[in-house]
Amino acid sequence: MTAEPGRGPEPGNPAGPARLAEPGRGAASLRASAEAAEPRAGSARAGARGIARWRRTSEVTAAGAVFVVGWKLFVLAGHYPAFILPAPEVVAGRFVSAWVDGTMEPNALQTLVEVLLGFGVGASLALVAGYALARSGLIERVLSPYLVAAQATPILALAPLLALWFGTGLLSKVVICALIVFFPVAVATMVGLRNVDRRLIEMAHAFRATRWQLLWSLELPAALPGIMGGMRVGVTLAVVGAIIGEWAGGDLGLGVLINLARGSLFDIPLLFATLLTIALLGVVLYLVVVLVERRVVGARG
Amino acid sequence: MPLLPAPRCEAAEQRAGTLTSIAIHGVSRSFATADGRLPVLDAVTFDVPDRQIVAIIGPNGCGKSTLLRLVSGLLSADRGAIELDGTPVTGPDPRIGFVFQEPRLLPWRDAAGNVEYPLELAGWTRSRREEQVRDLLGLVGLREFAGARPHALSGGMRQRVSIARALALGPSVLLLDEPFSALDALTRERFNTELLNLWERTATTILLVTHSISEAVYLADRVVVLSPRPGSVVADIRVALDRRERDANVDTLALGRTASDIRRHLAGATDDPTPAELTAELGRRQRSREVPIEQLGVPAWFDPFGQEDRR
Repeated sequence: MTAEPGRGPEPGNPAGPARLAEPGRGAASLRASAEAAEPRAGSARAGARGIARWRRTSEVTAAGAVFVVGWKLFVLAGHYPAFILPAPEVVAGRFVSAWVDGTMEPNALQTLVEVLLGFGVGASLALVAGYALARSGLIERVLSPYLVAAQATPILALAPLLALWFGTGLLSKVVICALIVFFPVAVATMVGLRNVDRRLIEMAHAFRATRWQLLWSLELPAALPGIMGGMRVGVTLAVVGAIIGEWAGGDLGLGVLINLARGSLFDIPLLFATLLTIALLGVVLYLVVVLVERRVVGARG
Repeated sequence: MPLLPAPRCEAAEQRAGTLTSIAIHGVSRSFATADGRLPVLDAVTFDVPDRQIVAIIGPNGCGKSTLLRLVSGLLSADRGAIELDGTPVTGPDPRIGFVFQEPRLLPWRDAAGNVEYPLELAGWTRSRREEQVRDLLGLVGLREFAGARPHALSGGMRQRVSIARALALGPSVLLLDEPFSALDALTRERFNTELLNLWERTATTILLVTHSISEAVYLADRVVVLSPRPGSVVADIRVALDRRERDANVDTLALGRTASDIRRHLAGATDDPTPAELTAELGRRQRSREVPIEQLGVPAWFDPFGQEDRR
């Protein structure tokens, strides 16, 4: 068979296959580059993407700068003392010194470990539960009201109880993180699996896919964009969960450091520096999930 | 009509010895709806001898697609039996390749990955899969597009991938459910020619659902005409014209005696009611207040997955 006219690279068009083989351009631009009259269309588009990225970075930086300048002006105008609202450069200085003198690092590491373990456990359980909820109408009918009720109970109110049950060590924080991560990921998994195109499922059945093959080769990849959306929400919530767990009891972690800075140390710049660390931790983890998502979801039509 | 080079496809031909016939005995099927069971097929009986091409034609909603799904084992019959080479169909069968109306490709896999899919499910080794995929993509003329994702392919190319996928396991029966209905007229004509070429090279028995009388007459050895719902066979017409002569007569085919024969059987078999019938039906439905008026047209249960490839 011949390729359709006007679509594919014609035999008389030597540039066609070469352009198709262009590494890294991927299928997304295949038709466009096959049809493009301008041979440099690909690199022009790459240039446009570079500009877009630079522009976005500068916009984000500018917004941050405006915030910091506004903060500084606010402090100057209000003559606030450092124990109410320290100036940005004071917080920045304390942030650096806390990392340099080793105040921040063990606490940040502790919180990171809690978040990662809690997120891992919670998200894994949520994937299984989401699958069960999507698969069985009975399970969904019976469990979903209780899941919603559990989600509606503030984790803040549960944290002291969980600390009582599981101690003030790592375990109680992992449990709290896992609980808080569970709901968004389970719901995203359920909705994602439910919405898999039934025509694709019929196609897989026609090729005699088994239950497991269907799950791994079709349902999971199809539901992945939705599941990753749940993970994005979940990972930021996991940071919240870890801090709450540390507040409820513990001797290490960024939540503990906040309590210390506010209480016995009365080091308000350190409190702000800790808040900054927590925020950065959340942003970094979120970005990691986004990167993983880009990698596993890839380009789709 | 360009005559195509004929790249050989070993695996598609390896079953050349295993021809498969289809026997459909008194098959009935109904579906559950809000108003109770709705009969879709009623005592359908016909045979497809091996290597034949049989086209099924009939009005919308007469159960053509349901019949294909029964033959493929995706659905089971309420009554009657379907046999492949004398053994009853109990579920999806490796001897059958199904080409759906829409390509139904996995959007996260490229063309090669989509063709490879049935091979993976069947547990082929990687090296065998790669070789087979290369052959199949060559067979449908898409070797250069192996790495292209479905969204980067045209509608025709996507359907080629879908055909290659259906041929992946070397089936001896091809079921085609209005496979070219979403393509433009010219592409469609070329696909019909190419389908015949494929058929000659792959030793398959073909059961094809179509809306087009000229397509049916051009492709098929026999045309089975179904009545409106519940569908039953109203005519089984042999296309007398030799296939080689059909090529030269594509345009006159639709006007030929066979075509008018089919048209005569289809007359009155339309699902589009006359104005008088529509008024009467409307009155009935409004009185009973059971079924919304918009269901008077093409019933939704006919193709639960929709007519078009909604993307």
